[in-house]
Amino acid sequence: MSARSMILDEIRAVAAEHDRTLARLTDELPLLDSGLDSLCFAVLVARLEDSTGLDPFAAAGTARYPKTIGDLIAFYDEVLV
Amino acid sequence: MEGGVGLGRAVSTREHVLPLDDFAQASSLGAHLAALEGRSVVLFVRDMAKAAAALIDLDGWARRIMLCPPGWTPAQLAAVVGEAEANGLVYDGDDAPPIAMPLAAPCGLPLRPLKTARAASRETEWILPTSGTSGPPKLVVHTLRTLTGAIPPATSQQWATFYDIRRYGGLQIFLRALAGRGSLTLAGIDESIDAFLIRLGRAGVTHISGTPSHWRKVLMSAEARRIDPACVRLSGEIADDAVLAALRTLYPRARIEHAYASTEAGVAFAVDDGKAGFPAAWLENEGAVRMRIVDGALQLRSDRAALRFLGAGAAALADEEGFVDTGDMVERRGDRLFFLGRRGGIINVGGAKVHPEEVEAALNAHAAVRASRVFARKNAITGALVVADVVLRDAHASEAGLEREILASCRARLPAHMTPARLRFVADLPMTGAGKLARHG
Repeated sequence: MSARSMILDEIRAVAAEHDRTLARLTDELPLLDSGLDSLCFAVLVARLEDSTGLDPFAAAGTARYPKTIGDLIAFYDEVLV
Repeated sequence: MEGGVGLGRAVSTREHVLPLDDFAQASSLGAHLAALEGRSVVLFVRDMAKAAAALIDLDGWARRIMLCPPGWTPAQLAAVVGEAEANGLVYDGDDAPPIAMPLAAPCGLPLRPLKTARAASRETEWILPTSGTSGPPKLVVHTLRTLTGAIPPATSQQWATFYDIRRYGGLQIFLRALAGRGSLTLAGIDESIDAFLIRLGRAGVTHISGTPSHWRKVLMSAEARRIDPACVRLSGEIADDAVLAALRTLYPRARIEHAYASTEAGVAFAVDDGKAGFPAAWLENEGAVRMRIVDGALQLRSDRAALRFLGAGAAALADEEGFVDTGDMVERRGDRLFFLGRRGGIINVGGAKVHPEEVEAALNAHAAVRASRVFARKNAITGALVVADVVLRDAHASEAGLEREILASCRARLPAHMTPARLRFVADLPMTGAGKLARHG
């Protein structure tokens, strides 16, 4: 499974569990407008770490954070290669 | 402290039977007993029946008894000998002395006859080390008077406990049994819960005490119906509605009570209405135990509290008004107060505070869950997330879909930040030597 479909699937699952209404998930969509709150992001990052063994957020520190859905996918793509 | 005379009472472990009728003329310390008079004695034995015998021998006779918890290493013992001003050691007669002391007395069973009857007269200090999460243990000073303040007059109850009697919870049961007219059955060294339950059934035990973690193990044991207790007592951890209801179903004729006590503050109360928490009206009680809530934490004042911590420079045990801060956080819901967890155990999820015990209560309320342990998982976004290990009621249940289902039921009961991000299904949860859920490591 590609990072893209894995991440999008997990976003939808987390949003459903937390009763969040998602915006249409395009690469340009700012994460802050996606409908996920910071707790949802935290859960998303933890779930992705469980499936990939990697947490690029912990590795990056706070130096650079992805701003859009596209950034987020690229963020994982970088560490998953 | 006296054994009963002519009642045929005993303290039994798997390995030993300690007859309580014989203490007037006999001792577990034999000829060494005389030399221990007035000393500050550390008690370091493996077997609980020997510990029981030595406690009966030494109360009123030694100046001070320090009860080393089971499993202590000689190094742990050596580290507190100075603070305890110890000048006597009672060790297990089946072992070598753990450390060198000016006076070392082997403790053995059966009891050996004494040439002259003893006349115990002093008020002995009982020292209970409490295990902190870090650093050396605090040495809590009690006397028989403070330890027995909550114990009712003599009854014919046949007691047993899953606790070790060298810790406060087990010591309460030991002293209850001694004050009564019945016997006490204790676990053997490394005895399994199944084997212990079989022995308890044979002994006709009527009153049994342990932590909720102990009782969850009983609920999972194939031998749980070997006992038919009149009283099931829970203490040492928060008793949630799930464990109380499960015990009610398993032992329909038992009174099920959960007691609240701490080594420092003593026994506060027991609740027997079958529900978690306790009535808020009890805060207004002007009886033997006064309670108040300061910054969310329960504080207690009673003559059952310990006298002080031992050692130069030790912190004060109580404030100027005599209240002991228990460090246990409580919350009022309607006319009841509920324990949330330890002040120090809070998980911070993006600034929101979570008590692991509250989340565990929600998990345990699910019909498929027998026990759970909630802990923090580091997270780059919120600092920490709540995650949990879960033991299922049915070890053979299919785990597929169950994580989602249990989390959904949690979400219905708890705010989102308190709902675990992940569950992990495990066969067993680690327990501390004190019978509580191990929260570290």
